[in-house]
Amino acid sequence: MASPQTEPLLSIRGLACSGGRRRLFCGIDATLRPGDAIEVRGANGSGKTTLLRCAAGLLTPHAGDVRRAGGQAPLYLGHKSGMSSLLSPIENMRWHLALAGAVASAAACGAALEQVGLGAERHDPCGNLSAGQQRRVGLARLAMSDARLWLLDEPFSALDAGGRKLVLALIAAHRAGGGGVLCATHEGLNLPDAQVLRLPL
Amino acid sequence: MSIAIAQTRRDLAIVVRSRGEALNPLAFFALATLLFGLAGPSPETRAAIAPGAVWALAALATALSMEGLFRRDVEEGALEQLLLHARPLWPAVLGKLFAHWCVTGLPLVVLGPVAALALQASTDVLPALALGLLLGTPTLTFIGAIAAALTAGIGRGSLLVALIALPLCVPTLIFGAGAAFAAAAGADATPQLLWLAALLAAAATAAPFAVGAGLRVSQEH
Repeated sequence: MASPQTEPLLSIRGLACSGGRRRLFCGIDATLRPGDAIEVRGANGSGKTTLLRCAAGLLTPHAGDVRRAGGQAPLYLGHKSGMSSLLSPIENMRWHLALAGAVASAAACGAALEQVGLGAERHDPCGNLSAGQQRRVGLARLAMSDARLWLLDEPFSALDAGGRKLVLALIAAHRAGGGGVLCATHEGLNLPDAQVLRLPL
Repeated sequence: MSIAIAQTRRDLAIVVRSRGEALNPLAFFALATLLFGLAGPSPETRAAIAPGAVWALAALATALSMEGLFRRDVEEGALEQLLLHARPLWPAVLGKLFAHWCVTGLPLVVLGPVAALALQASTDVLPALALGLLLGTPTLTFIGAIAAALTAGIGRGSLLVALIALPLCVPTLIFGAGAAFAAAAGADATPQLLWLAALLAAAATAAPFAVGAGLRVSQEH
């Protein structure tokens, strides 16, 4: 019996998926332990997002097996923000936290938004924010999340240099706290000690 | 439970900020009643069929409103977050449908008797009509939501939602209109109203699970 400290957060065995009629990948094996990071690299259309959605449990793979530790939902930051454009960052955050079963005060959400540089915009509708600012609302979710497994799809997209630094800092803090990160990126994040999974194999 | 409340609050806030969209089904209902009144036959005939017309239009308005139930959430990615986190899914579905009913169904409960009066129905039918709509519109919402969930993955399909939902709405329609016609004939409307309550109980029990399953299937692509 593995202890919770070393039990893999995510283990993928022989995963195969197809997009439409095309086979995207098959025979993917990966194990993500606490503190680990995996970078999934590949060109556009190589199946990075599909792999992440399989890992999240949003997609049923063609073949293979995905196991996540502990029944807790992973944090999935996809191409779509998951934020309503009509609601403010704070309202969106509170809904996300309620979904995850956490109760957070408006002040705590405000502090997280402050941390990602959206202190002044916290009450504006998300639809009025720039693409980069909307991504930053997603980063505030990372800052407040207690999920141990993070699945990040192109976390750098639309972000400026400061935003990228923030992503790397959040990932580093998460790994230091025993969390794991599976991250899809076409450009490479160059995370320290990260495994690299190249698609197609 | 807290997920259901959070979902209701979120959806109501969204509706308040996209006012126009929520009013569309109600505007459709009011306009269709007006057209029916203008194009209808003699005042006596019109008064006689008014409860049936109100029920048919209420079912149509509800079915049309259902297309938008999940569209925004699909486009913005809120639905996939819901599928990831809310296990089981039904409390959130229930919260969502309650918000939708408050915006579409509840106004129809008020507008229905007004429309019947505008069609010169006798005032005797109004209690049975209002009570019937109060029991029937949630059922219509539940049924419409199943159709909306099944079509959530294929983008805009308002007609498809109506085509799937309306045949399933027939029992509610029959008992709802039946209650009002019974009242118009001076008979007791209780049996029909009890049937409506039974249909609501069945829909409320089964639909949240069916909607959850439909949503999971719709996002598998």
